[in-house]
Amino acid sequence: MFSFKKASGLSKKAFINYAIVIVFYLVFQILVSTGNITSALKGQLIPITCYMIMAVSLNLVVGISGELSLGHAGFMSVGAFTAVIISSAMGNASNPARLFVSILVGAILAGIAGFLIGIPVLRLNGDYLAIVTLAFGEIIKNILNCLYVGIDEKGLHFAFNNPDALGMDPLGKVLINGPMGAVGISKIATFTGAVILLLVVLIIIQNLVNSRTGRAIMAIRDNRIAAESMGISPMKYKMLAFTISAAMAGSAGAVYALNYSTLVPKKFDFNTSILVLVFVVLGGIGNMTGSLIAAGILVVLPELLRKFSDYRMLVYAIVLILVMLVTNNEKLKGRMDIFAKKVRMKISKGGKKK
Amino acid sequence: MLANLINGISLGSIYAIIALGYTMVYGIAKMLNFAHGDVIMVGGYVSFCAMMYLGFPAPLAVLLAMIVCTTLGITIERLAYKPLRSATSLAVLITAIGMSYFLQNAALIIWGANPKAFPNMFKNFEAIEFAGARISPVALVAIIANVIIMVALTLFTSRTKVGKAMRAVSEDKGAATLMGINVNFTISLTFAIGSGLAAIAGVLLCTAYPTLMPTTGSMPGIKAFTAAVFGGIGSIPGAMIGGILLGVIEIFARAYISSELADAIVFGVLIVVLIFRPTGLLGKQIHEKV
Amino acid sequence: MSKSPEVKLVNVPSPNFVPEKDLGKPLVLEAAHLGIDFGGLVAVDEFNIGIGATEICGLIGPNGAGKTTIFNLLTKVYEPTRGTIMLGGRDTHNLTPVQVNQMGIARTFQNIRLFDKLTVEENVKIGLHNHMGYHTLAGVFRLPNYWREEKKAHERALELLDIFGMADLANVTADSLPYGAQRRLEIVRALATGPKLLLLDEPAAGMNPSETEELMNNIRKIRDEFQIAVLLIEHDMNLVMGICESIVVLNFGRIIAKGTPSQIQGNPQVIEAYLGTHRG
Repeated sequence: MFSFKKASGLSKKAFINYAIVIVFYLVFQILVSTGNITSALKGQLIPITCYMIMAVSLNLVVGISGELSLGHAGFMSVGAFTAVIISSAMGNASNPARLFVSILVGAILAGIAGFLIGIPVLRLNGDYLAIVTLAFGEIIKNILNCLYVGIDEKGLHFAFNNPDALGMDPLGKVLINGPMGAVGISKIATFTGAVILLLVVLIIIQNLVNSRTGRAIMAIRDNRIAAESMGISPMKYKMLAFTISAAMAGSAGAVYALNYSTLVPKKFDFNTSILVLVFVVLGGIGNMTGSLIAAGILVVLPELLRKFSDYRMLVYAIVLILVMLVTNNEKLKGRMDIFAKKVRMKISKGGKKK
Repeated sequence: MLANLINGISLGSIYAIIALGYTMVYGIAKMLNFAHGDVIMVGGYVSFCAMMYLGFPAPLAVLLAMIVCTTLGITIERLAYKPLRSATSLAVLITAIGMSYFLQNAALIIWGANPKAFPNMFKNFEAIEFAGARISPVALVAIIANVIIMVALTLFTSRTKVGKAMRAVSEDKGAATLMGINVNFTISLTFAIGSGLAAIAGVLLCTAYPTLMPTTGSMPGIKAFTAAVFGGIGSIPGAMIGGILLGVIEIFARAYISSELADAIVFGVLIVVLIFRPTGLLGKQIHEKV
Repeated sequence: MSKSPEVKLVNVPSPNFVPEKDLGKPLVLEAAHLGIDFGGLVAVDEFNIGIGATEICGLIGPNGAGKTTIFNLLTKVYEPTRGTIMLGGRDTHNLTPVQVNQMGIARTFQNIRLFDKLTVEENVKIGLHNHMGYHTLAGVFRLPNYWREEKKAHERALELLDIFGMADLANVTADSLPYGAQRRLEIVRALATGPKLLLLDEPAAGMNPSETEELMNNIRKIRDEFQIAVLLIEHDMNLVMGICESIVVLNFGRIIAKGTPSQIQGNPQVIEAYLGTHRG
């Protein structure tokens, strides 16, 4: 007879993810307060959380909406540089308020960028869509490379491709200096703030997926023509997923930027987009729990591989290739399953003997 | 103006040669071989070492680079891509990205992070004056090489038995197998040709822009891939047209608009083209059957 | 004596016929002079049809006659080259598949197109998409109307699945269903969009005689319960002759015969189309 695949309860999965985030937060908060953590790892806590947000938000596009995006870092940079400007512009407010407004505005601007880019991009399919998102990511980076922003008593000054055009008071401060990037950022991001943002992002994505909107997005992914015949407009829902995802990347970028004192646009190039995509794919496409764990482990992994020093990125590459081969090749997958079964049998037998 | 045009065509010719590797592999294996750009870099390093350390003359160094890259291309295909023939395109893409990281970091360990100054293999040749514009020998060689490669490949795929087999596999793997074509051999051959061309492109690129680093191949790789998409991926003349247009646009943007924004303009043009012709300039329109 | 104002005279089409019970009710679908060319090849030409409000109509013809192309024209997957399609009295010129679905036409596909990775219930709920009255934000923030509408949709989905006795499979993923059940799920899903006209593309393909018998009863049941019209493509002549009130026969993109099952069965042109000319 047929063996039916039962879908496990979606709401249960959602709560597991909240639990993972909260445990992650508590464990590291305790480690930090008791001083049982290396300073290198401690410095990584906010970036790790940001990459988790990046991974789950990209998973919304790649996993739920089924479109391969290679320009996610571009939206992160929009949020990052917006946050630098906003946080400096509201210099007198309290830090949490500055952080909050920076995240919000960063998310909104990145969302607008996502919407505008989505209009041409989402008309394309498959690999063409991927290459155009890559192109937009590079364009955003190039534009930010030409952006000069300064602040003085009269307010903000903007210039494009010409630092001399800022026209500031001699006492003014340059915030973003073209290819040199943002300088003198006030480091107001906190681990707690980042984790709260991660939770909010998770709640939004998971609630969205388990609603009529999410089902419409997945229907378009599984079969666009059938979805259209059900009266669901592909463009509308693809745009929605793409825009929300971009806004979330912007919010992650905002927190990320406010954790450093300087930041160059080059940080958000194609390689960062790929890195986030790797988290999503290794964690399992469409699997939010996987994205969280993969982002966490893979950001820390190069850190853990430090004793291999020069070889660590090489090891990282080999691990990546091997994981892809083992999880995607039918033969290897079969052998791994048999192996896992044997191990499980042995364990259970051992348990019975006792 | 003329000088810029010729420089553009020359840079575009290099892109076109790289783009051929992307387009042929995509046509036959339906995958984006992200590691292709890094094969260029390996080609650059091998010819560099052959000339500087082993004292090889330039033509022999190029030949050595081609042999090494061809072997490398076949090895990569056999080890990393062949086991994933039936996997999703995303899985293959990530594997290719992993391969790209691997090659870059291996190069980093072998040759170090410091940029190497690539020797000028045309130092015995004078720049040619043409209608008031100076044309460097490497520009001329790039253009000539591109034309020869293009003609040779077109003849190869349309006239020879192996070339026809290649086209058959790219149309329909299953049917090709039934017709007695060795699909694995054909795919390996495609990778071999693409990688051999990458070695030539690597040498030309490093001669024209003589700094050699582990990341040298990645940006030209992305641009050449863009060129392949621009011209219609899977199409050999498309790769040539896409590459040359891209090169010309890039050089003109650098000269007349802004060198900072040149890449943005190149990618911007790509996007505009894809909006109006969603499968590139010479790409085939594909309709889903309902 | 004043002259009464001059009125405009309008041509009323109608070489069409409908079952007697549907007389007086507006036609659900009316297509006139419909045709489409694919790069010089005339795939469909001069296709005229009128479907009554609760009619079950069969569209038959040899392979490659253009039957599925007609479905694609009616659902606006293709924009016709010639002719008009009126759906519930409204012209569908330049409308999209999404818009015509919302106007009351739903279909199944010859090569099954389910949302494979989603559950049976979710597949049906996607059909109910445009009948669920809450906004995206209400879903994200889990406002009361989210819960209310989701509950309603859940109940409605089970009700619809129950027509085919599939309610107990609600939590199974669509791709793990056996073939016949997948075909039935496609019908349920199309029905969930609340159509006035249901297009079924080879609903009995791959079914055994007893399954086909059950399907026939279910198609009749759907028509009676929902008071909708059905247009179906089918090769199984027992099914076509058994449930269709009228039949349209297509060959080489053109209608060669129209009528009741018994008229069609006796039509020499139809026999020729199916069996070829008798020579010698």
